[in-house]
Amino acid sequence: MASDTTYYTVSGRPRPAPRKNKRYSGGSAVVYLCSVVLIALCMGPVLYIMVGGLKSNSEFTTAPAAFPSNPRWYQYGEVFQNPDFWRQFTNSTIIAVATTVGVVALGTMAGFAVARYPFKGAAGMYSLFAAGLMFPLTVAVTPLYLLVQFIGLLGDLPGVILPQIAFQLPMTIVILVPFLRAIPYELEEAAAIDGCGRLGFFFRMVVPLAVPGMITVGILAFVTSWNGYMLPLFILSSPDDYTLPLGVAAYATEHSVDTARVLAFTSISMLPSLIFFSIFERRIVGGLSGAVKG
Amino acid sequence: MSASSDFATGTAASAAVAVADEGAKAGGGRGQTRPPSRTSRSRGRGIGWRGRFEVALLTGPALIIFISFVILPVVLAAWFGFYRWKGYGMPSDFIGLDNYRWILEDKKFLAALSHNGFVLGVSLATQGVVALGMALLLNRKIRFRSVIRVLIFAPYVISEAIVGTGWRLLMQPNGAFSNIMDALGLDGLAHTWWLGDKAIAPWTMMMIVTWKYVGFYIILFLAGMQGIPEELYEAAAIDGCSYWRMQLKITLPLLSPTIKIWGFLTIIGSMQFFDLVYIMWGPTAEHTGVSTVATYIRYEGSEANAYGYGSAAAVILFIITFTLAILYQKFIMNRGVENPVAPRRGR
Repeated sequence: MASDTTYYTVSGRPRPAPRKNKRYSGGSAVVYLCSVVLIALCMGPVLYIMVGGLKSNSEFTTAPAAFPSNPRWYQYGEVFQNPDFWRQFTNSTIIAVATTVGVVALGTMAGFAVARYPFKGAAGMYSLFAAGLMFPLTVAVTPLYLLVQFIGLLGDLPGVILPQIAFQLPMTIVILVPFLRAIPYELEEAAAIDGCGRLGFFFRMVVPLAVPGMITVGILAFVTSWNGYMLPLFILSSPDDYTLPLGVAAYATEHSVDTARVLAFTSISMLPSLIFFSIFERRIVGGLSGAVKG
Repeated sequence: MSASSDFATGTAASAAVAVADEGAKAGGGRGQTRPPSRTSRSRGRGIGWRGRFEVALLTGPALIIFISFVILPVVLAAWFGFYRWKGYGMPSDFIGLDNYRWILEDKKFLAALSHNGFVLGVSLATQGVVALGMALLLNRKIRFRSVIRVLIFAPYVISEAIVGTGWRLLMQPNGAFSNIMDALGLDGLAHTWWLGDKAIAPWTMMMIVTWKYVGFYIILFLAGMQGIPEELYEAAAIDGCSYWRMQLKITLPLLSPTIKIWGFLTIIGSMQFFDLVYIMWGPTAEHTGVSTVATYIRYEGSEANAYGYGSAAAVILFIITFTLAILYQKFIMNRGVENPVAPRRGR
């Protein structure tokens, strides 16, 4: 990396340096060392869970931190044969997909109205949704439980989906409004000249153009829903309706002496979110970057 | 440090805060969250009945769901809080402010609240510095940058239920953590009652909280650093500025909006901290000094069938969180160094 520092030491007339991300100056060995330590700290417990699923229970007392002498892959296999796991996986998937679709659809529609219709109260509506960020689920969860019971959805998946959509809407709208506002007005005028109303403009132009923003928001909604614990805990009381996080907690309690199987179950349960995140990592970081810049 | 909804809420809040920040700058420093001003072209043009109908069509479903499941529960909590109520039928046993008085006199509640304060204080004191240092290190063009990001973000992406289960096993007195400490010759750190000792458990919790959320803040800071124009570093380098001086004089000041967002997220997250404690400690949280207001609401409210009481506790938590958030927005968010490069209106 030493060669790159020469750009900086050029004196006299500034010459056009290649426009690359180069805010480093030596010390890269230190950087790599720190990265390795950081990764070890972050991944250590995750690996412990994964490796633990391959151990025998006695190895947890004899050598808790060591690799298993004889990896028991079949303990992973058992998880895949466990009908509870698949039921919980299905419940989590249904809830997460429905939440994501609902949030993205409702958020884009409302965001479009707030961003592009010059109606009185647009600013007020935006503030209302933005204020929702300060209404934590923790506060609302008890009355929410009663409300869901009142409308007869207690123990049903929609009883989790609808509140999740509601709690994700503020974030979605706050991220999407600047995005939708940035779509050039010339496009709207051109569409209007061609006889396209605002609604037609919305479906034919805005929706396709807003897809990147909708994907970012959708990923956030999906991961949040997939990992959600508190709301399903209150709403879903029957083990048949459990989502994966509830299932992991229940499995850990039921089989508390069988540490290896608990860890095998846990490892498999965290795979979906890890895979999902590695696929969409760029989108999330990119979306965050936009959000931070405001 | 919060419920698992934090990932989204986090981004959301950051965006909202960023927008609020911009609005404040444009509007002469008043701290109101408002959308950026509309272009003049569409201003002053009526939208007519058809437009109004379309607005209703587009915003109706979102508004109905949002008001029913976010606003209404908070209003209901305020109402239930005045009753002694077991959750059957309509609340009828009106007891005024008694719930609130009992809660505020309850040592368990005050302990839980102080634990939230502990989480907030330690988080503010440590996580920002750690995350910022790591982000500075990683904000260079190094190999495997994308892989490194995924790996340090992993703890954040995995559900609290899963990492909580893993950490609970890891931190047993004769578990893997003690084993590693033994192997490293740190006998003093081995075979400790990490989760059960009242003097140690809160710090164990903070270690896990930091592990879980610091990756998110590193990414947040990295994202903020992407927004700092490259030209500034080039100019500083031409002037013979050292790397660390650049970080001190360019990166830190220009990152202050992101740092403020970090503070905001930490406040909100620390106040509603629930999942990890509930999964790792359960009912024992109270005796090990790690209970939070949210676990108090769960155990003293819904699990005790005392819905009025639980609602009143939730209202108290809401008032505290909201007040902190508003004060933070008013006194911290709207001050500080502005980005000198960003285009400014009226100049």
